[in-house]
Order: sequence, then structure tokens, then C-alpha cells
Amino acid sequence: MKRNIKAELIEKKISDGFKRINFSLPSDLKKAIEGALKKESVFLARFTLENILKNNRIAGKSRLPLCQDCGLAVIYVEIGEDINIKGSLTAAINRGVEEAYSSAFLRKSVCGPLTRKNTGNNLPPVIHYNFAKGDSLKIHIMSKGGGSDNKSRLKMLNPSDGLEGIMDFVCETVKKAGSSACPPYIVGIGIGGSFDTVSFLAKKALFRKIGTGNRDKNLNKTERYILERINRLNIGAGGFGGVTTALAVHINSEPCHIASLPVAVNINCHSARSLLLKF
Amino acid sequence: MKIHYLKTPVKDNVLERLKAGDIVYLSGDIFTARDTAHKLTCKLIKSGKKVPFNIKGEIVYYCGPAPGIKKGSVGSCGPTTSSRMDRHTPLLLKKGIKAMIGKGVRSDKVIKSIVKNKAVYFAAPAGLGALLSKCIRKSEVLAFGELGPEAVYRFHIEDMPLIVAVDSKGKCIYKA
Repeated sequence: MKRNIKAELIEKKISDGFKRINFSLPSDLKKAIEGALKKESVFLARFTLENILKNNRIAGKSRLPLCQDCGLAVIYVEIGEDINIKGSLTAAINRGVEEAYSSAFLRKSVCGPLTRKNTGNNLPPVIHYNFAKGDSLKIHIMSKGGGSDNKSRLKMLNPSDGLEGIMDFVCETVKKAGSSACPPYIVGIGIGGSFDTVSFLAKKALFRKIGTGNRDKNLNKTERYILERINRLNIGAGGFGGVTTALAVHINSEPCHIASLPVAVNINCHSARSLLLKF
Repeated sequence: MKIHYLKTPVKDNVLERLKAGDIVYLSGDIFTARDTAHKLTCKLIKSGKKVPFNIKGEIVYYCGPAPGIKKGSVGSCGPTTSSRMDRHTPLLLKKGIKAMIGKGVRSDKVIKSIVKNKAVYFAAPAGLGALLSKCIRKSEVLAFGELGPEAVYRFHIEDMPLIVAVDSKGKCIYKA
């Protein structure tokens, strides 16, 4: 017997979710920023971190979005094979996004790539569908800012470049992002797969809660090592120098072709707005 | 590091006293323009046509605000990445823009142009649109209304917190 889930419920939860993430920082991120403030001594970096926390209080109280860039809606759906959705899943997701962005006065930031004409409703979102065992539906939602996405990069390395090559590419990418993409950053890294999947791996890594280390022991160690290297770059909060350029490094990895070593780096700003919806 | 309280229009000799790293609380009128508004404005200038708003002596804010709940109000309104405007900035400085507000580093060409025109580049707290929204007292569309959030708005601001990121001598505050 398959479990039934109504499309209307999905629409409602998507809409509520996007409103929620645009008005307050997730608790893991807030904690990470408070931690960074404790360690910081550079005056302007402290000024930035204190203002991030102040901004969070104002946003929650005044119902003003944390950032004017309320993002492109990125949605990752895990569909249990034993569920039956009553109605159209894609239509429900689209309606939920549109409802949130129009009723909560969020900025609509989607336009034609060449015409630059705004679609007016923040549609379409970017949606990834995957199947999983069981009878649950999980929807990860994210409001992804354009400024930080712009600084993300992908490179097809040679297998012999190895871990050193990956780390150099990641640090070079963060250095190029510099002060422009609202540091302190969350750095999502995809390793392996193929040209098309590696960027998805990197973005998916941004959904992981800060402070939850990688389940793979080696990747966990690599994440900590790369984070240390990034934080030695002295870009710092707001780009004014200091000890915290990134709050976290998250890696997602998959097997790849013997000829290849794809790597992607997706940068997220300090307003890293995401949420997991469970059904 | 000094703290200054300034009102627009800001006089040249006051701008020249500001040093990279100083904090400025700015009040008065500024206008917004980002990617498409820059492109359109520079196209008008280059073709000798009239720009539908004043540039000379003004301060431009690289911002595409979120919609306000009430008419004339502004939602979240933090700065966007300034480097995207770099290719158009020298022309606007030549036409009399006195200061820019945005986030992140500028190109060497822009910094040279800042020095040449005795202008200033301010960094606004990045990604903190809710906080900055509290500094906007009034807002109206000046031009290119069809661009939605990318339109040119006139903001009347009060005590907007800014950091002098590039001063009129070309000194830059950004690290790495």
C-alpha cells in the first residue's frame, strides 16, 4: 500500500519554508557566526559579524528579508518509492515558490538570461528529483543568492592532480571570490561524478548543517584541513581581514571515470538560507 | 580610524578628508543603479542623449531593493557586487558621480578613475539588507521603472552606516 501525500500540503510547506528562511538565519549558522565573533579581533570584521547578528534580529522582528537578494529557489527532492502524490508535484512546488515570493514581499530575482526581462514571480525554481527507498518525501529548499553563485567554479582536473590539485583549486576559487560574495562563506565542494553531476554535488553539500562533519573519515579530515587553509587567506568577515573567511567546508563525493577528476566549488554567503521539509 | 557624520550633497573637501577604513554615517538623498541601469545610462551618455536623472555631484548605490510593504517604503536593500559595474564606472565618474556605495573590491582602472576624479568608494554592510532598510526614510522611482528591482530609485536615507573602502588617494581597505 502506497502512502498518499496531497500536492496542496506540499505547496503550503514550500511556501511557509521560503518565508521562514528569508526572515531568520538557521540556528546552526547563527551559532557558527557567534563562534566566529568570539575568535575575531580585527575591528571591521567584528563590526561585520555583530551586524550579521543584528540584521538577523531586525529581520525576524520587522518581517524584512535578511538580504534584498531573496535568491533563486533551489529545491532538491527525495521521493520515497512507496509514496503516491495526489496532484502534480512540480506544479505544487512552483505554486509554493510563487506564493511565498509574492505574499511575503520577497525580491523576484529571476530574468531571461539575454533579454534580462524579469519573470515577475521568481519562477522557475531549479528543481532536482531523486528517488529513495521507503515512504517518505524529503524536500530541501534553498534561497540561493546570485552574488555568491557567481563566484562558484568548476574544473575538470587530471587524475594525477589528486587531493593537492583539488585543494589548490578550492583555495584559488575562494581567493577570487575575495570580498565580493559576502564572507564569511560556506564552501560546498563536489568531487567526482561527471561534468554535469559535480556542480550538483557541490550545491547539495551546502544543504548540510554546519558543524555536522562528513560521515567519511577521510573527507572529514580533508574538510577540516581545507577550512584551515581558507581561513589563512585573511579575507575575513566582510573582506576586511581576520580569522574567519569561511564558517564551514562541506564535501560531497562520488566515483568518476578513470580519465577524470571533476571538482566544483559552490560558494554560499553568510545568509545561507536553507531548510529540510519532511512529509 | 575615524567616524564621520555626513550629509548629501557632500562637498569635495569633505570627501578628500575621508580615509580608507573610516566609518561614515551618511544622510540625505542618494540614487540606486545596478547592472541594467548602468548599461542603459552609459548607452544614453555615449549616444549624446539626456539621462532621465541627475548624475553630477551625486552618490550612486549599487542596490536592487526588495519590495516595501507600504507605498514609498523599501524592503531589504543591501549592496550588490560592485565589480560588475566596473566597466561603466569610469564614464560615470567622468560625468560627475562623487561617490559609490557597494560591496567588494574594484578594478585597478576604477581605482585610478576614483583618484583622478577625487571620488570615494564606500562599502555598505554586505548581505544585511534588513538592517540597512531601517535607514531608508523615503523612496521613489526615478527612471527605468520597467526593470522592477533594477530600476533607478531615489532614496532619502538617514545615518546609513558605511565604510570608506577606497579613498580619494586610492587607498583600499580590502584584504587578500
